[in-house]
Amino acid sequence: MLINLLQFALLLSCMTLLVVVMGKWLARVFTGTGHTLPERWSYRLFGVNPDAGMGWAQYGVTLLVSNAAMLLLGYLGLRLQGVMPLNPLGLAAQSPDLAFNTAVSFTTNTDWQAYSGETSLSNFSQMAVITFLMMGGAATGVAAAAAFIRGLSRKNADDIGNYWVDLTRVLYRVFLPLCFALALVYVWQGIPQTLASDVTVTTLEGVKQHIILGAVASFETIKHIGTNGGGFFSMNAAHPFENPTALTNALHILSMLLIPSALTYAFGSMLFRRRQGWVFFGAFLVMFLGFLSIVYTAEQTGNPLLTSVGADQTMSASQSGGNMEGKELRFGIAGTSLFVTTTTAATTGSVDAMHDSLTPMGGFVPLAQMMLNSVFGGDGVGFINLIQYAILAVFLVGMMIGRSPEFLGKKIEAREIKLVMLSVLAHPISILGFTALAVLWPGVSDSLNNPGAHGFSEILYAYASGTANNGSAFAGLNANTPFFNTTIGLAMLMGRYLTLLPMLAVAGLLASKKTLPDSAGTFPTATPLFMGLTVLVIIVVGGLTFLPALALGPLVEHLDMLAGRLF
Amino acid sequence: MTDMNLSFRRLVRPVLVSTVFFMLLTGLGYPLATTAAANLLMPWRAHGSVVQRDGVAVGSAVLGQQFERPEYFHPRPSVTADAPYNAGSSGASNLGPTNRKLIDAVAARVKSYRAENGLAADTPVPVDAVTASASGLDPDISPANAQLQLKRVATQRHMSESQLADLLHAHTSGRLLGLLGEPRVNVLKLNLALDAQQSPAVAGK
Repeated sequence: MLINLLQFALLLSCMTLLVVVMGKWLARVFTGTGHTLPERWSYRLFGVNPDAGMGWAQYGVTLLVSNAAMLLLGYLGLRLQGVMPLNPLGLAAQSPDLAFNTAVSFTTNTDWQAYSGETSLSNFSQMAVITFLMMGGAATGVAAAAAFIRGLSRKNADDIGNYWVDLTRVLYRVFLPLCFALALVYVWQGIPQTLASDVTVTTLEGVKQHIILGAVASFETIKHIGTNGGGFFSMNAAHPFENPTALTNALHILSMLLIPSALTYAFGSMLFRRRQGWVFFGAFLVMFLGFLSIVYTAEQTGNPLLTSVGADQTMSASQSGGNMEGKELRFGIAGTSLFVTTTTAATTGSVDAMHDSLTPMGGFVPLAQMMLNSVFGGDGVGFINLIQYAILAVFLVGMMIGRSPEFLGKKIEAREIKLVMLSVLAHPISILGFTALAVLWPGVSDSLNNPGAHGFSEILYAYASGTANNGSAFAGLNANTPFFNTTIGLAMLMGRYLTLLPMLAVAGLLASKKTLPDSAGTFPTATPLFMGLTVLVIIVVGGLTFLPALALGPLVEHLDMLAGRLF
Repeated sequence: MTDMNLSFRRLVRPVLVSTVFFMLLTGLGYPLATTAAANLLMPWRAHGSVVQRDGVAVGSAVLGQQFERPEYFHPRPSVTADAPYNAGSSGASNLGPTNRKLIDAVAARVKSYRAENGLAADTPVPVDAVTASASGLDPDISPANAQLQLKRVATQRHMSESQLADLLHAHTSGRLLGLLGEPRVNVLKLNLALDAQQSPAVAGK
């Protein structure tokens, strides 16, 4: 028990240390005026002027069109897999609806997968389509955060930066060097990195074992640093080739938290409001610890139904105990719980255990975090989501004390609040709307792997994951049907752009306003009180919306489990 | 409107060129450079850590494989497609905690585990021995699980239990830095060490 708590403390301390290092670096990347040589060459190649600023609308349109081009190129790559090189196993192209779903999924930083990597994608597709989209999609998110923070930091300004500069710098100065170095550490730990597709061995008992290989290490790094989450293999980061040791598990966790957490510090640096940055970091961390304690307790306590048939789930020096169905021994309960919390907080969606087999309250945590979508959150967008709730908190406080709300020295007015509410509401409308549609759609129940309340959770999880751009799954659900491929594809697009674009608009509007000096009547936002209020607003506004749906899924299932009811 | 058209037209080149360029750079340049560096520095690991015995590839040090014979230590249950430990198609049960199929499967595994290892009918069985792993390729078992299999393997191989206990101890890995991960036994490495002490032809006779 103590050793598990120390393990959590060690990793979270490492994360906090990295917040400062990475935060400083990100602030320099976002604000530096000089361009390196490769960057200047790239701008000349693209035909763009890196020193020209963009207003929020121009920034947003450029981002959207650039993502559309990535999506299209990715779609073509998947459809043409059959005629592309590096496909010795002769894997066929994905069907149109599946290729649409996959391309959308990786462009929007969701990485939902309705296919199995080892039987569906060639080494070429894994690199040129999937690795490329993971880089591009994640860099887009960080670029948006750069523009967003820049907007908040400016006054009387009509531009929020240049999309091409942000995108290129994030790739050249953050993703590529980090990923390359980390990939070599991963290979050292046992993750393969080869252009060979497979190897066949003869086991000690004389059976042939056909082992799929590929460029896995270079895939794993950007998958986690970019909060992407799609697996090279079907079983994702539970597969020993994707996550062979406790060290890789820890590095995956730290990689996922790296940029979402560091953005709070970068924000503090860029606005010269360091304390405010730490208040936002604190808000993230408080929620994270709350969810971690729920999932760890639930999984360590285990499933009483397994005990009743003779399985020993008690923790001892010689076993981790707990609910080990769908988990890997080398991570145990503690490593798995931290991974589950991190992957759905930082909306990565990589999994080192099967979420479908978590205990009901263990499964409640990923669902709830994707619904709130602002416990660290994905690269870039998580921070934007938190600010969205912070603005809402300022507004509600302003209502209560009867003053016009101000945030970071800017007056918050009707236009900003309308945009914030559009972004806040798009999330539950997509999740609950599509879930309702799916429950009523004929034939959907054939896709379920589990009967009872758990079956409902499988559907709810799919749309929560798609909309939150997470990508993890209650993977028993057979989501490779035209209905799921299309609706989850739409949910991913809504979840990405209907929150990103309104919030870019908010940043643009705030940038154009003048900054008011703090007065005695200003509600201070760099305080623990405001941190508490923001968390409260997230839980009340974000959480209560979903409570009825959660009650039908994990909560009912928890009562079923305690009552010993089987389905 | 013409403004809008103009700005869209001005987007065409940067969007097309940057997309294709970044695909080549991040989708091919980066993975290929990583592959080259990895193969230069750590060729064995980069190719999947394939273990050879007498010139024959017998498995990957990182992946689990199926063992059913009584003279070997047995890995965790695997529910991969077609056969257990199918490394061409990783897979899990994805059964929820209140699914009758899960509880029935665990009950059946508990029974056969007790029978195989000559345990009393009320012996609690370590949970990892009766639950399917997430990947279906889990290379490890818990020390508790290995301990309960020790007597069976010792009898089958006509080894003394203390001799086997020493070997098991030598193949039990601890936590990283005393904190990360779980104590575990890599089944393939342990079974290879068993065979090295005593050829597989002799064992089981």
